Amino acid sequence: MDTDVLIKVSGLEKHFDGGKIHALCGIDAEIKKGEVVVVIGPSGSGKSTFLRCLNLLERPTAGTVLFDGADITDRSTDINLHRRKMGMVFQHFNLFPHMTVLGNMTIAPVKLLKKSKKEAEEKAMGLLERVGLADRANAYPSQLSGGQKQRIAIVRALCMDPEVMLFDEPTSALDPEMVGEVLDVMKKLALAGMTMVVVTHEMGFAREVGSRVIFMDGGRIVEENEPEEFFRNPESDRLKSFLAKVL
Amino acid sequence: MAWLSRIWLEISDQFVTAFITDNRWKYILKGLGNTLLLTALALCVGIVLGVVVSIVRSTWDKRREEMRPGFGKGLFAFFNAICKVYLTVIRGTPVVVQILIIFFVIMASSSNKILAGVIAFGINSGAYVAEIIRGGIMAVDEGQTEAGRSLGFNYVQTMWYIVIPQAFKTVLPALANEFIVLLKETAVAGYVGLTDLTRGANIIRGITYQSFMPLIAAALIYLAMVMFFSWLVGKLERRLRTSGH
Repeated sequence: MDTDVLIKVSGLEKHFDGGKIHALCGIDAEIKKGEVVVVIGPSGSGKSTFLRCLNLLERPTAGTVLFDGADITDRSTDINLHRRKMGMVFQHFNLFPHMTVLGNMTIAPVKLLKKSKKEAEEKAMGLLERVGLADRANAYPSQLSGGQKQRIAIVRALCMDPEVMLFDEPTSALDPEMVGEVLDVMKKLALAGMTMVVVTHEMGFAREVGSRVIFMDGGRIVEENEPEEFFRNPESDRLKSFLAKVL
Repeated sequence: MAWLSRIWLEISDQFVTAFITDNRWKYILKGLGNTLLLTALALCVGIVLGVVVSIVRSTWDKRREEMRPGFGKGLFAFFNAICKVYLTVIRGTPVVVQILIIFFVIMASSSNKILAGVIAFGINSGAYVAEIIRGGIMAVDEGQTEAGRSLGFNYVQTMWYIVIPQAFKTVLPALANEFIVLLKETAVAGYVGLTDLTRGANIIRGITYQSFMPLIAAALIYLAMVMFFSWLVGKLERRLRTSGH
């Protein structure tokens, strides 16, 4: 296997409701180190399910996901160890409301990586500094705006030093004027060389930051290409009509 | 004003007969002590039982589908079924019948009334506590579990660090209410001869042939305790609300 490949997905299928709903119908994909893969598609196309299968929040019905060469769909693999290296950011932030910002960011490194509280807090403060939220370290999530929550959610995942970051529609629940601040953080992250898989409706981000864009529809990958080509010369009719509607 | 002093004399006479003569107030005091002891111990049993049962039930409801078929899942299904039977039976029968069964059938060879009371009321309260806590666990957004799991916490760690603390905060007022209900329910402990507050008062009634004083006294003591604890619960609720998270 190519050593540059971080995640390799083969024949991924996901059924819901005992097989009645086919969310994913055989997905093959590779994500290389340092790549920013943007997944777009209409709602119900399976793009979120695909992303959630990558860290097994959704257990695929069939197919394999290789992460760092290990088959994480194998029942004997300890998925918890692999998830530490796969950060995830959710549409609805999912910050822990009973902990401060600093508490949110340090609980996993302290409990799982056995870092000292001081060491974890220093790292957290450094990251907060980078996203301009150092002054909110002792605030509770309920005291933050949506954009601030999502930036905290991103740095919370970064505290675990992940090898890849998964974004599940990170800006969809935000007020329009807060989208920019979150995308900025993601862009910086991409420029710093982080491997990212981003499910989003932000075409501007896909075009500007993405190294590859995947278009999904009906549980399949319909088309994928480099952003420039993807948006300028879409091949399939389905993508053409989709882009005509969203651009 | 003569009638007023007659009533006063009558009342003070009844009061003396009910509580002062032969130190009869000791029945009330001893009864009150037993009521509080019974409530406190039953509450402990109830909370331990309730937490265990609620975790089994909510884990089964939420995670059944992703569990791997096999011995472990079968065992879990078995425990879940036991919990369901427990909840149905306990919540479907009167607590008086339950304590009679515990004392005269299950613990027939023992004469420890307090122990029988603690077991009966603990098991009874546990069923209600379990449903309260389960409600709290189910009310915590699924995204919280997903966020915990995505960081690498296993299921137990996610429950312990993330879900349970939030669930507990939500259900604390309901739990406190369950405690108040339990306090009043222990009044039926007299059915097995346990001298609680109610039975203490009733004993005085039996000795003095006067109903008014001892029964009203018992009622007032219950009322005072319930009002005190309700006030505490209200304070707690306000504090939880203002802390805002």
